[in-house]
Amino acid sequence: MNTGLNEYILAIITCDLDKVKSGGCPVFLASDQEEKEKISLLLARILGGIVHDLENGIYFICKH
Amino acid sequence: MDNYDIVIAAGIAAGSLNRWLLLRSDYRHYPTYPHGQLIHLALGFIAASLGAVAVPAIAKPDFVAVTFLVLAAQQFREVRNMERETLTKLEESKLISRGTDYIEGIARVFEARNYLTIMTALLTSGAVQLWGWKYAFIIGPLIMILTLRLMSGSFIGDIAEVKKGTVHFKGSLLMIEDVVIMNVGLPQTRKKIIEEGMGVIIKPLDDNARLNLDAPGQRKAIVHDVVSILGSKVDINETELMPMARKQVDKGYLAFFIVANEPDLEMLIEIVKRVPVLESTRGTTLLSYFGRKAAD
Repeated sequence: MNTGLNEYILAIITCDLDKVKSGGCPVFLASDQEEKEKISLLLARILGGIVHDLENGIYFICKH
Repeated sequence: MDNYDIVIAAGIAAGSLNRWLLLRSDYRHYPTYPHGQLIHLALGFIAASLGAVAVPAIAKPDFVAVTFLVLAAQQFREVRNMERETLTKLEESKLISRGTDYIEGIARVFEARNYLTIMTALLTSGAVQLWGWKYAFIIGPLIMILTLRLMSGSFIGDIAEVKKGTVHFKGSLLMIEDVVIMNVGLPQTRKKIIEEGMGVIIKPLDDNARLNLDAPGQRKAIVHDVVSILGSKVDINETELMPMARKQVDKGYLAFFIVANEPDLEMLIEIVKRVPVLESTRGTTLLSYFGRKAAD
């Protein structure tokens, strides 16, 4: 049985901290696009979630 | 006929044979193993025996025996529970689940097939009792053909048109034609989807079909059947390439998306066409007056 957190933002990855205000989940600051993608991929694999793109430079991980 | 041995033997033979014919281990992967099949063949034999001895019991006449037979037939209600429990337990460890609607459908079919077996045995032994043993070879096969024909149900291909849909991205949104499937974040995942993803559009032919395809249970059944043949590139903790079916909310058709291990689009379309229409999700709006009025 799945007892993890579903439908919840598990982590936010961004290069621009101005666009995110912390609210319950960790925010990871990446220095460039490449690092952002790498962090997102690793976090998604570790957390068992998938990476979503808000199309304003913010990625987040969510488990469905 | 006073020789009850032949009456009973004919009934049991016809009933068991019918159960065996109905027990096809097909692409739905169930039941594929010898033990699973043995359980159902054994139950089928018991059901056939029940049906076969009913005729001599009435002919004798021994009404107490008939009453006991009716009681014994109740036992087959347990078959549905047994199947449901097994399949529901197995769901927990599946990457792509069948869904409760599909399980309910399978369980119901297994129960119903035992009753079919009883009826086959009953009618065959009845024919032997009335007209002689030669009639077993006429009535038996006739009922088997009838049950195979009548109980086969309908398929997605009967109620909907299935055709290829192009996979593309609108920003971060994965689309099949004009249906949004999901948001995909990583550029490398998008590249993989564009290269390997397959899309299919399932267009319902009428309002009944539209309601049927609306049901999440039916969609899960489609996804499960496709994955059980073509495979999927989903793993534990890597659910980005999850196959799914989403609806075009304005027009009511479905878009199905998958990244399969066997990327064969033609076979994909054929498999989708052969997914059974689930009893529990079947749309019946056109049977109602208001449904028909609203449809035109």
